[in-house]
Amino acid sequence: MRDIEIAELRNLTQVIKDTYNYDFTNYAMSSFKRRIQRVMDVFKMNSVQELINRLKEDRSFFHDFVSEITVNVTEMFRDPSFWRVARDHIIPNVLLNADTISIWHAGCSSGEEVFSMAVMLKEMGILEKSKIIATDLDPEILDKARAGVYSLKNMELNEKNYIRFQGTGKLSDYYTVRDGKAYMDKSLVANVSWRQHNLVSGPVFNKFDMVLCRNVMIYFNQTLQNEVLKRLHESLFKYGYLAIGSKESLIWCEIANKFIVVNNEEKIYKKIKD
Amino acid sequence: MTKFDLHNRYKAIVIGGSAGSFQGITKILSSISEDFNLPIIMCLHRLKHVRNGFTEALSIKSKKPVIEPFDKENIKKGMVYLAPANYHLCLELGNSFSLSTEDMVNNSRPAIDITLDSAAYVYKDKLVGILLSGANKDGALGMKRIKERGGLTIVQEPGECMIDTMPTAALEATSIDHVLKVDEIIRFLNELDKLYK
Repeated sequence: MRDIEIAELRNLTQVIKDTYNYDFTNYAMSSFKRRIQRVMDVFKMNSVQELINRLKEDRSFFHDFVSEITVNVTEMFRDPSFWRVARDHIIPNVLLNADTISIWHAGCSSGEEVFSMAVMLKEMGILEKSKIIATDLDPEILDKARAGVYSLKNMELNEKNYIRFQGTGKLSDYYTVRDGKAYMDKSLVANVSWRQHNLVSGPVFNKFDMVLCRNVMIYFNQTLQNEVLKRLHESLFKYGYLAIGSKESLIWCEIANKFIVVNNEEKIYKKIKD
Repeated sequence: MTKFDLHNRYKAIVIGGSAGSFQGITKILSSISEDFNLPIIMCLHRLKHVRNGFTEALSIKSKKPVIEPFDKENIKKGMVYLAPANYHLCLELGNSFSLSTEDMVNNSRPAIDITLDSAAYVYKDKLVGILLSGANKDGALGMKRIKERGGLTIVQEPGECMIDTMPTAALEATSIDHVLKVDEIIRFLNELDKLYK
């Protein structure tokens, strides 16, 4: 298939901006281009122009488009060493000075990270003291997260991660298998509030003790990373914690000096300035 | 006399490898000059859940330290980069890296096709792509992209490979400029480097 040219991508993002007020201009080009290629494959389109025409003519198509554009590959207890540090150091630190903990999963995708958190908090005996908000841009993936149903193939990897995390039980204690699928124990997320939210343009809606935004900003360019980091910063209490992906970095961001590194290996930061 | 058609227009080297490539990579990294000019960007298949140890193992004999870039890190001359575990390594216009956790490609993350394809998009005819030993077809499409955009393509001679599936797939997918043994790849790189001195 013919490669997509940069000018075509610019046309496309402009049309989306004008028509739907969604701004993909500052998405990282290489992955955005691959996602566009994927949309064209899925919907059997031969050119970017065909995609542009469809977006202009068919407003309902835009939802499908957004679902295909957003990357929704994740795993439970991704980077088990991160979860051990969260359990053994970060969360106990928050609870030194407070009886409750508030957590925001920014870009929660299909919910694996939220269930990981809930399992961990339950094993720590503090799930009832926790207030969790999980947001994503894509309403369809939020439905999937709420449902908490995962393929058994994915559960194999999740189980391996859980063992490396050194949880107190077995991951299978937290789900039942029916019809070849894993149904997560819904009581884990009874207190989770799932919300559609745009990290790029949505409001700052609350303040949290801990924000997890792991492997989300990698899909943005530096301009947009700066903007999003400002919002994450505003959404944290002073001395609250920010966790990003293991190969993400804040060092190029304008407001990096408002954070200190708590754990460099696991990329956990603490807000030290308002 | 050299058998290579060398130019100093090249701006980067990308290397893909999988099963059986470690020895070749180590030899290349220990044989290039200490002030090798072009950035070398490597995507090697590796265990997804083991984050540490690979760069250290590669660095032991390497003339230059091997680093795993962070997301949005600028690509610098003379550096040797390795795709980190469980991320795809992509190149962005403006010569920086970006990382991605998209689906596995060819059962791999990092996938060689993604690194090579995005590198070809950024560097066009200023790229050299090298594909070494490996047991699946990852990298073949990436080499095709490099060729389509005017870059130079090199594969390890299948007869020398521990597992030749990967270079053979590339030879079937596109026209390859040079089929070389590791020692010849080293000679190519060092002759190329002289044009930048």
